[in-house]
Amino acid sequence: MAVQARPKRPFRWHIAVFLAPAVLVYTAIMILPLAGTLQLSLFRNVDQHQVFVGLDNFRTLFGDPNWSVNFWNALRNNVWFFIIHMLVQNPVGVLLAALLSSPRLRFSAFYRTAIFVPTILSFVIVGFAWKLILSPLWGVAPHLMDIVGLRSLFTPWLGKEQYALTALSLISVWQFIGIPMMLIYAALLSIPDEVIEAAECDGITGLSQFWKIKLPLILPSIGIISILTFVGNFNAFDLIYTAQGALAGPNYSTDILGTFLYRAFFGFQLQVGDPNMGATIATMMFLIILGGVCVYLFLIQTRLRRYQF
Amino acid sequence: MTTKLLTALLLGTSILGSAGLAHAEDVTLNIESWRGDDLAIWKDKLIPAFEAKNPGIKVVFAPSAPTEYDAALGAKLAAGSAGDLITCRPFDKSLELFKKGNLADLSALPGMENFSPVAKSAWQTDDGKSSFCVPMASVIHGFIYNKDAFDKLGIKVPETRDEFFAALDKIKADGTYIPMAMGTKDLWEAATMGYQNIGPNYWKGEDGRKALIKGDQKLTDKDWVAPFEELAKWKPYLGDGFEAQTYPDSQNLFTLGRAAIYPAGSWEIGLFNTQAQFKMGAFPPPVEKAGDTCYISDHTDIGMGLNAASKHADAAKTFLSWVASPDFATIYANALPGFFSLNSSPVKMEDPLAQEFVSWRGKCKSTIRSTYQILSRGTPNLENETWVESANVINGTDTPEAAAKKLQDGLDSWYHPAK
Repeated sequence: MAVQARPKRPFRWHIAVFLAPAVLVYTAIMILPLAGTLQLSLFRNVDQHQVFVGLDNFRTLFGDPNWSVNFWNALRNNVWFFIIHMLVQNPVGVLLAALLSSPRLRFSAFYRTAIFVPTILSFVIVGFAWKLILSPLWGVAPHLMDIVGLRSLFTPWLGKEQYALTALSLISVWQFIGIPMMLIYAALLSIPDEVIEAAECDGITGLSQFWKIKLPLILPSIGIISILTFVGNFNAFDLIYTAQGALAGPNYSTDILGTFLYRAFFGFQLQVGDPNMGATIATMMFLIILGGVCVYLFLIQTRLRRYQF
Repeated sequence: MTTKLLTALLLGTSILGSAGLAHAEDVTLNIESWRGDDLAIWKDKLIPAFEAKNPGIKVVFAPSAPTEYDAALGAKLAAGSAGDLITCRPFDKSLELFKKGNLADLSALPGMENFSPVAKSAWQTDDGKSSFCVPMASVIHGFIYNKDAFDKLGIKVPETRDEFFAALDKIKADGTYIPMAMGTKDLWEAATMGYQNIGPNYWKGEDGRKALIKGDQKLTDKDWVAPFEELAKWKPYLGDGFEAQTYPDSQNLFTLGRAAIYPAGSWEIGLFNTQAQFKMGAFPPPVEKAGDTCYISDHTDIGMGLNAASKHADAAKTFLSWVASPDFATIYANALPGFFSLNSSPVKMEDPLAQEFVSWRGKCKSTIRSTYQILSRGTPNLENETWVESANVINGTDTPEAAAKKLQDGLDSWYHPAK
């Protein structure tokens, strides 16, 4: 072995080369548009010219009741949309995963696939399918409820102010339940048999085994799912748009930040689009999501205990 | 280096451009439109008629969904990928495009002299100096009814409001038919087929509309609240679950013969003729007492303009001149019964239902929708708010007075007519 003195290490080009594609692509399609949006929100169109106005657009958004009422309404609806997902989608997802991972369940591969299929369907299909299912005129829902004698409980949910948003949230839950189910299922499968056997030796079986052994081990996955749900919900738009249209009726009761942004940015019918106000709303959405993710990263994730096997 | 770049560019264009260059000698014009329903008529009747007269120009009709049209068109124009010919919405939407330089000035286009100033007004600058779209058609509001149902129940076509509600009561009592096919799910049905349909009789057509623009009248005045009060009375006559009934649902409900009366725009005629298996008739919005002057909404609805960035401006102008000709008007009005030509030369129409609608132009005074000119320029947008509030009034969410007050408050926040 020849001993050679190295005065300095050569620049390691391969690192830059390997990083370059990801950095370039990510910058071009994520960072630049994001910066463009932030920049757009600081300008205003005056006589066909973009004029820098500082934070004036934000002042309009929060100070002018014509904007602020809609904004808070959309934010409130969005929070409710998120709450329904957290209360229904994630617990049911965990439950389904727990059932699927039970060794005594037959046809589990079939169930797994069947429950996951809606997730890969297009929003448009889901929106229209459910609109038809729930239609008071031609839908199957009224007939099915009639068969079990519950026809009196049927109302045109998507058209009623008090139910429409909840109904849409549940449709969205139906569509996306496969994601928490799959992630939790994978987490459950990765629990080593030794741990389970040790628990069984100590006499912990059945339900208490789930609560005391499995649940703590899958908590990090549940955390990830919560944050994915949060980001997904506050970026949601497609389902409301396909099911209720851009005005998110009735009476704006299903208006979420995404549809509000769409109307402001692109306009709707006689309303002419205002890209600057749209960008302002988009910036607020970005900040809300950023805030939520930060809360998760710094307050929750650091406290989750991880187990290494 | 430069040659390399040039080669790369050429290679790129040859790949991207090959689709469009299949027929290098032919000019292909693309039409942007929201009228997806008309695809067959354009493809089978209008375009062949034009292409037969103008060899070398190919025309492609490429519609998008009505609710997406404006947003999609705006995005396409900004990106430079919009078609050569642009179907124009009336008033501000198109005016905005013209001001931005997206639409070319067509004041001097041969054929524009075929239109009256009123017909052109929807596509002119506020001072009336430049026109930027060729007027194609207007639509008239009224009610289409199931003639078989009326005959069976012995109902006379209603002329006054009392007769109208008496007829609705009779249909409801009989129970065979849903009295009126309308839903509030899509919002605009309530506003366009409801409020704007019956409204002109209350606010006296153009008089009220112009007074509103001048600021002499307010939406909270009796004449403007009254249509909402009538809409609120419609609720018991609508079908079960009307809150979730969409526009296509309403159309189907009527054409399947399950509903007796359909608050309509004349654009429905074409579709209804092909789908309904029963005889249909139409009546204008009923007036308060017999002999009152009737007012109808005869709304300038469609025009066609030239994309200022079009690469084939000359071919496109040839096409637009043809659109302005009586030839086009005749084919269009007959192929699309319910879209009434704005051309000064009278057009002969075959369809009886369309004839019925257009005959009201003779006995009633025409107006356009109240929210379209000037009043929908600000935030909140009066037209969109009218959709929401009309649906609210029918659903019972808002009283007519509360709805009118919300609209007027929204308008007051940005619209200050000089007195």
